[in-house]
Amino acid sequence: MNLNLSLQIAKTHLLAKKRQTLIAMLGVTFGIAMFIVMISFMQGVNQFLEDSALDASPHVRIYNEVNTQRRSILDEQNPQADALNVVYHQKPKQQLPRIKNGLQMVRLIEQMKGVWGVSPEVSSQAFFNNGPIQISGIIAGIDYPRENRLYNLDNRLKAGSFQALLTNPKGIVVGANLARKLNVAVGDKVSVTTPTGGNLTLRVVGIFGFGIGTIDNTRCYTSISSVQEILGKDASYITDIHIKMTDPLLALPFGQTLRQQFGVYTEDWATANQAILAGKKIRNVMTFVISMTLLVVAGFGIYNIMNMNVINKLKDIAILKATGFGGKDVVAVFLWQAIIIGILGGLLGLLLGFSISYALSITPFDAGDLLSIKTFPVIFKMEYYVMGMAFGVITTILAGYFPSRRAAKIDPVAILRG
Amino acid sequence: MNPSVLSASHINKYFYQPERFQVLQEVNFDVKRGEFLSIVGKSGCGKSTLLYILSTMDTDYEGSLEVNGQRLTGLSQDRLAAFRNEHLGFVFQFHFLLPEFTVLQNVMLPAQKLGKYSNKDIEERAYEKLRLVNMAEHARKPSSKLSGGQQQRVAIARALINDPTIIMGDEPTGNLDKTNSQLVFDIFRKISQENHQTIITVTHDPDFARGGDRIIEMSDGRVVKS
Repeated sequence: MNLNLSLQIAKTHLLAKKRQTLIAMLGVTFGIAMFIVMISFMQGVNQFLEDSALDASPHVRIYNEVNTQRRSILDEQNPQADALNVVYHQKPKQQLPRIKNGLQMVRLIEQMKGVWGVSPEVSSQAFFNNGPIQISGIIAGIDYPRENRLYNLDNRLKAGSFQALLTNPKGIVVGANLARKLNVAVGDKVSVTTPTGGNLTLRVVGIFGFGIGTIDNTRCYTSISSVQEILGKDASYITDIHIKMTDPLLALPFGQTLRQQFGVYTEDWATANQAILAGKKIRNVMTFVISMTLLVVAGFGIYNIMNMNVINKLKDIAILKATGFGGKDVVAVFLWQAIIIGILGGLLGLLLGFSISYALSITPFDAGDLLSIKTFPVIFKMEYYVMGMAFGVITTILAGYFPSRRAAKIDPVAILRG
Repeated sequence: MNPSVLSASHINKYFYQPERFQVLQEVNFDVKRGEFLSIVGKSGCGKSTLLYILSTMDTDYEGSLEVNGQRLTGLSQDRLAAFRNEHLGFVFQFHFLLPEFTVLQNVMLPAQKLGKYSNKDIEERAYEKLRLVNMAEHARKPSSKLSGGQQQRVAIARALINDPTIIMGDEPTGNLDKTNSQLVFDIFRKISQENHQTIITVTHDPDFARGGDRIIEMSDGRVVKS
């Protein structure tokens, strides 16, 4: 078999029918271009959803679980297996959601490997009063520079500033929806009441929006000392420690380490956001199914064109066979044509796919004032282009192989005798 | 004196469509080197069928075929293709050139397939064969731009490119006028006499057949006169 010779024949055939070649190529081009656009855009949306959800939640959260169920003193003193201890109506113990030695723990964890940032928080349920209206929510006392490192708070700001919390400990930054409900703007005052009865009037210094309803509807940030003051607690009172890792996947083993080392309750992001992770998997599957369908459709287009090509070339195939070309040579001639169409069409498709993706990524997109995006989310990854090209060429070769094999089986006598 | 280059013995061939029908019955003959042989007979007598069996393209027959002392019956399609490439040349009734290629490329293709010479040598040889059929000045033209007679002469040059032992023609003059027929005949006559290449043609043209060395006449699938 002489590959050079069959390539030369294939080239001559393709160039002789330029329009047909171009149409076959465009089939591959559009298939691959749509594949690239689909996958870049869908993965961009995935990434955006994941980011906007995970950005607002810690990789590991340390907290103290308040649980009214506990072993009675009788059980602890008299733990025989065969005895039955009965205590009626055991009253819940006075229990605080505080983390013991929280601030020291923060300093220790900060030194650990793989930790990107640690932020202590004091959070409490609260009622926000503006005149006669009471709205319930959560007030979180934060250490602004640390919390900002974790959640990029400055980017979430709609009005005012977080910096003001540093200079004005009696300031408060209110969630966008909550602010709307309370009808407050920067400069207004809000009265905060805790379930334990503490009360404090704070001045609104900023309004933020994460784009996540549950946060924007209920959450407010203020300084740690203000919350400690409302709750009537000392300066070491911490209820939550939020940790972000350099790699989110490190969070799961890291949480276990912390549990063993400090004897605290931890929760990692994967457990807290299972719905989002499941949604991502489903969307990934969907993206691939649709993308594959596009490529298969393009493949059928090529199959049809190659089939027609073989039928148009019956006479030529008979001559080639009569003058000594074997079945393999004939397969090579037509397979080369498919490969050339696949590669040229594919490269053109990559270019077109990139152009459309790029155009999409700079198209303004009004997502409302809640979401932090201005244009469509698109991801550019070499991987997708390599994949598109590989699948495109494989589909073309398959689509070209079957008609070529048919061509190889043609009986020259039947054609030459007319 | 001259050794035999082709021998067919006990060739039987059946058609199965629309019903079983015997086309060739016990065909036996030998062809000598350098011989100019014509097979004649009425339409449907099986002479074309016989030619395609001799050409190795039709493998569905009984009996045995030897060319150049090599038994060809039962070889695989690919082996037969390689054999045709080297030892057999074809000229068909409807000239059958590849329309997308130039005259020169058409002539060169079988030699490039054989791969015995470099491309440069092949081109030189192709010009030599084209000069033999008086078509050298048209070498760079697309083959679809030629007249019927010109195409047939190019087809002969193509058949000659690998210096085959046998050149076969299926009504090589069937579609040509008197002048062109005479031209084709002269070329055949010349290569048989000067190069001692064997010519086997199926023809309806009595003048063409009479000009050769030997005539085999067929009727109803049998050789009636040899």
